Amino acid sequence: MTEMAHSATRAALRHHFDDLNQQHAAGTLGMWVFLVTEIMFFGGLFAAYAIYRSLYLTGFEAGSRLLDIKLGAINTAVLIASSLTMALAVHAAQTSSRKALIVFLILTMILGGVFLGIKYVEYHHKWETQLVPGLRFSPGTEIPQKISLAQVELFFCFYFFMTALHATHMVVGIGILAALVVMAARNRFSANYFAPVEVSGLYWHFVDIIWIFLFPLLYLIGGRY
Amino acid sequence: MMLLQGVPIHPEQGSTIAKDVDALHFFLTGITLFFTALIFAIILYFAVKYRRRSEAEQPTATKTFLSLELAWTLVPTLLCAIVFTWSSSLYFRNSRPPRASLEVFVIGKQWMWHLQHPEGPREINALHVPVGVPVKLTMTSEDVIHDFYVPAFRIKKDVLPGRYSSIWFQATKVGSYHFFCAQYCGAEHSMMIGWVEVMTPTDYEAWLAGGTKGESMAQSGERLFTQFGCATCHVPENTGKCPSLVGLFGKPVKLRDGRTLIADEAYIRQAIVQPNSMPLPGYAPVMPSFQGQINEEQVLQLIAYIKSLASQEKTQGK
Amino acid sequence: MSTTAADIPASSRVHYLNVNYGIKSWLLTTDHKRIALLYLASITLMFFVGGAFAVLMRIHLISPQGTLVQPETYNKLFTMHGVIMIFFFLIPSIPAVLGNFLVPMMIGARDLAFPRINLLSWYLYIIGAAISMYAILAGGVDTGWTFYTPYSTTYSNTYVIPTILGAFVAGFSSILTGLNFIVTIHKMRAPGLTWFRMPLFLWAMYATSIIMILGTPVVAITLSLVAIERVLHVGIFDPALGGDPLLFQHLFWFYSHPAVYIMILPGMGVVSEVITCFSRKRIFGYTFVAFSSLAIAVLGFLVWGHHMFVTGQSIYAGLIFSVLSFMVAIPSAIKVFNWTATLYKGSISYSAPMLYAFGFIGLFTMGGLTGLFLASLATDVHLNGTYFIVAHFHYIMVGGAVMAYLGGIHFWWPKITGRLYPDTWARFAALVIFIGFNLTFFPQFMLGYLGMPRRYAVYPDEFQVLNVMSSAGASILGVGYLIPLIYLIWSMRYGPVASANPWGAKGLEWETPSPPPTENFEETPRVTRGAYAYAGEEDAHD
Repeated sequence: MTEMAHSATRAALRHHFDDLNQQHAAGTLGMWVFLVTEIMFFGGLFAAYAIYRSLYLTGFEAGSRLLDIKLGAINTAVLIASSLTMALAVHAAQTSSRKALIVFLILTMILGGVFLGIKYVEYHHKWETQLVPGLRFSPGTEIPQKISLAQVELFFCFYFFMTALHATHMVVGIGILAALVVMAARNRFSANYFAPVEVSGLYWHFVDIIWIFLFPLLYLIGGRY
Repeated sequence: MMLLQGVPIHPEQGSTIAKDVDALHFFLTGITLFFTALIFAIILYFAVKYRRRSEAEQPTATKTFLSLELAWTLVPTLLCAIVFTWSSSLYFRNSRPPRASLEVFVIGKQWMWHLQHPEGPREINALHVPVGVPVKLTMTSEDVIHDFYVPAFRIKKDVLPGRYSSIWFQATKVGSYHFFCAQYCGAEHSMMIGWVEVMTPTDYEAWLAGGTKGESMAQSGERLFTQFGCATCHVPENTGKCPSLVGLFGKPVKLRDGRTLIADEAYIRQAIVQPNSMPLPGYAPVMPSFQGQINEEQVLQLIAYIKSLASQEKTQGK
Repeated sequence: MSTTAADIPASSRVHYLNVNYGIKSWLLTTDHKRIALLYLASITLMFFVGGAFAVLMRIHLISPQGTLVQPETYNKLFTMHGVIMIFFFLIPSIPAVLGNFLVPMMIGARDLAFPRINLLSWYLYIIGAAISMYAILAGGVDTGWTFYTPYSTTYSNTYVIPTILGAFVAGFSSILTGLNFIVTIHKMRAPGLTWFRMPLFLWAMYATSIIMILGTPVVAITLSLVAIERVLHVGIFDPALGGDPLLFQHLFWFYSHPAVYIMILPGMGVVSEVITCFSRKRIFGYTFVAFSSLAIAVLGFLVWGHHMFVTGQSIYAGLIFSVLSFMVAIPSAIKVFNWTATLYKGSISYSAPMLYAFGFIGLFTMGGLTGLFLASLATDVHLNGTYFIVAHFHYIMVGGAVMAYLGGIHFWWPKITGRLYPDTWARFAALVIFIGFNLTFFPQFMLGYLGMPRRYAVYPDEFQVLNVMSSAGASILGVGYLIPLIYLIWSMRYGPVASANPWGAKGLEWETPSPPPTENFEETPRVTRGAYAYAGEEDAHD
């Protein structure tokens, strides 16, 4: 058993690191630095959003009221649940329980898939109701006449860009999880070596947190209560 | 050096601020040349004095002197503080137009400058002004960002679409001075240039009289006011449907969302182009947007007309 | 240093260049040294493409009416010159070539932390460059490298989107490089190599990497907003549709001003290495030089507004940006004085890298000080958007960054290739470049002050004399850049074989053979003292 663990360790250690600790620390720091980059990436977008929201409050509120708050809330719950299963997957990897790891990874993927499915329904609905800026935008009577359509269009521009960017991150995340499932099935992880699971977990939580900011900014600002 | 014959050391000093800006410029040039020469001289001196005389040569250690580090931290800091104070106070002074300036309206569009005097004369790529009088330019763009730059006056300001920027100068010498577009604006950017013609006040009056064959800007504005149908609703005696515009200019206006704005050029422009974005309490949002139906020149003429209504009120009030 | 493979001639020894052959062994390599060479080849190509555009511009400007092309074409020339030189040459130059080669070697590591990501970043660079080259060949782009809105979003009918996409992709290349450096420097230093024993080149790389990971994503998102606006015609930046054109400038300069420091900080790192080696002295004021790099990186993020003094931003915003911009001058001045003081009582050799370093210090001083004219509000109003700006940033980027890059290439060339170049030719080229550079760009300071706006395809007659001088200088400068290209390529085959440490330099990279073995060191080195422990200086402390 120790012999096997040893050879597994050696297989996992890349040639340019001294030991697994160093490799693990480098991987984790690398992901944190990457997430800092991601924060700046979304940060530029959030800044632009904030500026236009303060300039065009009425248009943004009117646009926000056209979003389906119920679907948004369900998606928030789905993502929070997926964060839980992801955390459980990391725990399973740390405790060398391969089956649990695979189960939780697949559960996380499913929840991510559900999120994207709901997002698709929302996008489709926007297409049907002609709320896609640039391509198909004529909201008709739903918007009070005194509100400038250009502002509402700008809101939807931000809505689509931000949620699509987020969804792209989800797709990438699901791809990473799939790779992890394959690696787990091949018994690559153990209590000695689980860095890829942990690092991917960081990424997944980060993508969830972005949504936690997107949901109120896009869905809840309409002031409908 | 012979090559440089005929190249002046500074551009023509044609405005009241030019000499002050040049003084700062020369001070900075002095600092730049002094320190660049100093660094080159020290490098050269050390490079010769301590040149390697044999391959085996091993220099001795030098300690880092904290006092030296502090000195070359503090001296640049001090110099920067001096330049910042000097420059900022100058800029502050230069930014404020004196009262009772002559006003000229400037519209930049790909790739020419339209200028209009309140008295009526319009010019393209030329600006006639009297010497010794503060002139304020109120500028906007029909399309992309331009920039109005008169090197001889040391003034420059971006000319943006959708808003007004302003700049002022007071010419000190009769003569012709180049003005340029200094913000890249497309194919013929480098041809978007013209001349400021600074004239004696009498010549200027003559020029103005010669050019004022047509109507003044306010008169053109009044004509547009009827033509666009504004006059049917915005009547002088407020009927309750539309606010009266008499005496509006320069007054604070309270909007429905609680903001209070001053009814300046930018406000009136916005109210014409996007009335929906600034609903007034007590009035239904019935005014259509004139975006795309009216050009910047016409907006400026309407503004001139509305301005003239304000002074009308003053005279009536007396 | 014990006797090692260093004494065995390179031809009979396995090293990173001869460990395996064939195109695949290069295109799929994860060795940081080979990736550095891939970058070297690609950015050299881009440098000469961008340089060719510059030459055409200078020929065009010999006569006031323009000698060569239509204004539309001239606009494309300066745009593509800027895009290529900034995104595809200056930003990757020192970090991706010298940094890639040296960061692991200077810290005694076998590779960067993420070798495959390192290769990925080269591919991203190549893809970005290919997309931009496509934009050029398809018809070019004319927005200026600054992509100011609403011209870029609504009015230009050239290949804006491919160009933006190219810069966007190349941006991720630079992010990944920065990420790799940060993690490597944090986690992979050899035993005993504490932060304050690191060579200053590593401090410079670290500061540069911080800017790369914090700034680049913001410009990436900004440029993608421009692309979206172009495609969908929504009013993000075009005021006719309700957008704010100045927001673009804020977001753009939030990255693009720090990007200037991405270009110059690595050069400062190179100069610290070269000056110490060729004067056989420890750097004067190590901690001051190290921390001034970080100070520049941090302050660099707070000064973007000085590009916008004449846009009509409020006077008070102008004052704040002005005072912050002056503050960046101070760490830069500290560096210059410390480099100069390092020469004091040294043993100074006039090798080619040292001549480049001298040139760097002087020209950077000039470039930095002329920056004060632009940080200062009253003078900036007159100089903004004129040739003064052009001259200023070329003194920083060409007189500074390119000089340092060439100095660094010459300094580490024996280590990289295992060959020496002809020193006489190299010194001659350094001199030609120095003269050509000054003749090209000094007249532009005067042009700008006299009022000639930049980006002018035709200009009034009174500016001709200075323009002709500038063009004459450019022809000398162009020749100056060709000389090293020729003798460096020549030396790869015919140059004398270099020893492990031909300059008598200190630093871990010189303790391993030239060229180094694939894993850099035969055994992980142990570090027992600070950088620049030149003879007689073992006991010197800060």
